Amino acid sequence: MKMLINVAETVVTDALRGMAAAHPELVVDVENRVIARRDAPVEGKVALVSGGGSGHEPLHGGFVGHGMLSAACPGEVFTSPVPDQMVRAAAAVDSGAGVLFVVKNYTGDVLNFDMAAELAEDEGIQVAKVLVNDDVAVTDSLYTAGRRGTGATLFVEKIAGAAAEEGQPLERVEAIARQVNANTRSFGVALSACATPAKGSPTFDLPPGELELGVGIHGEPGRERRAMMTSGEIADFSVDAVLEDLQPTGPVLVLVNGMGATPLLELYGFNAEVQRVLTERGVAAARTLVGNYVTSLDMAGASVTLCQVDEELLRLWDAPVSTAGLRWGM
Amino acid sequence: MLDADFFRRWLTAATAAVDREAARLTELDSPIGDADHGSNLQRGFVAVSAVLEKEAPATPGGVLTLAGRQLISTVGGASGPLYGTLLRRTGKALGDAPEVSEAELAAALRTGVDAVMTLGGAAPGDKTMIDALVPAVDALGTSFDAAATAAEQGALATTPMQARKGRASYLGERSIGHQDPGATSSALLIGALAEAARDE
Repeated sequence: MKMLINVAETVVTDALRGMAAAHPELVVDVENRVIARRDAPVEGKVALVSGGGSGHEPLHGGFVGHGMLSAACPGEVFTSPVPDQMVRAAAAVDSGAGVLFVVKNYTGDVLNFDMAAELAEDEGIQVAKVLVNDDVAVTDSLYTAGRRGTGATLFVEKIAGAAAEEGQPLERVEAIARQVNANTRSFGVALSACATPAKGSPTFDLPPGELELGVGIHGEPGRERRAMMTSGEIADFSVDAVLEDLQPTGPVLVLVNGMGATPLLELYGFNAEVQRVLTERGVAAARTLVGNYVTSLDMAGASVTLCQVDEELLRLWDAPVSTAGLRWGM
Repeated sequence: MLDADFFRRWLTAATAAVDREAARLTELDSPIGDADHGSNLQRGFVAVSAVLEKEAPATPGGVLTLAGRQLISTVGGASGPLYGTLLRRTGKALGDAPEVSEAELAAALRTGVDAVMTLGGAAPGDKTMIDALVPAVDALGTSFDAAATAAEQGALATTPMQARKGRASYLGERSIGHQDPGATSSALLIGALAEAARDE
């Protein structure tokens, strides 16, 4: 499979070099793999640090900036970063007001962030953690590692980031992050598998006439495989899967997210169907975001994430943000 | 008795085995995981071999704890903390002794495997590295070769299991029918131990 790369081994560092060149407002430590706000640490402000495997861009490096993350640490493709990176990121952005780690629920991310939290506390950094686990495709039972963290990560990072920007204390920023996660659910579909640079070919075989329902963001197959459906049918299935679990009693934020290889033409068309289903189910969309935000390399497909909001969360969502991947109000 | 040199040879043999089998590990990881197990472990063990060449701890415990720390700092994912903890905790259990007996190694390795089970929350039958490591430790009382065989059989036995831990668990029943990549790499690690013992 053709890829615009040099060799698989340098994919992440090459991308970081390019990111540094494009974004002088960021400090990109290519060697240690930490992306931080140039103005950090901001006096009196709680710092937000997130990270995870590469291949989900703009998540997380693209969300570093005013109103969102203070720093991000990208791991190898689909592999969580190591504790050293997380501690380095925390130390670079902590102003003394503490650091919130935003962790997606994957075994590797959880274990490495747990180790990093211990090490950071040894260095005198106050650390809180929020675990993002929004994917309704995974049964949360004794027999899995729990729900995956997917699209909700963007809502958590944006809304908690706005709270931190306002100068709210660590325990409050953490509580808001937990509230956002608890109020958010996602469901994703794949029209094609993705190809990792290390493997160079699709991670699973998906014939042209079929799709995978209930996928995560690591190229793993989903909950079930079916014959290809129309955009409207996929919207019915996805939104219903989310609503069955979330059962919102108020307005929601909507994220219609591309997996990396689905054009905006298709995503906007899909969003029209998502909005139709929401209207039919009596759910009000307070705000809608459409685009490639939490991607899975070159996978074709989309996910729907809904977050029930109150006035406070909506106000924080609307607050100004200025990052490489998300920007409004300033 | 086993000295620091024996443990360095074990890790050198493990590096070679992971290097040789990296593509197969990644292939096993692709239908049920995220297709990076081989390349991740390869990066970690190459770093382990490099650090052991630079610093040469004088004790078996020193070799294993250094190797474990190196894996945690270079691998990432779940494999880094899990394999790192396995070696680090085994090393710590061996203490400062300049030489250890096979029985002491068996006991220390059991401590390491227990620490991995605690960290990852996995038990035998969950379709993880534990399914190769537990039978290996049980058989280590007999011989290194018996441990290697038991680990290999343990890895093969994961094929019909449904995963309950790690990324494969997200697939539910669809994880059945695939050999677990983590159990497979664990069998390589124990195989390398037997290899180091044969070179004694």
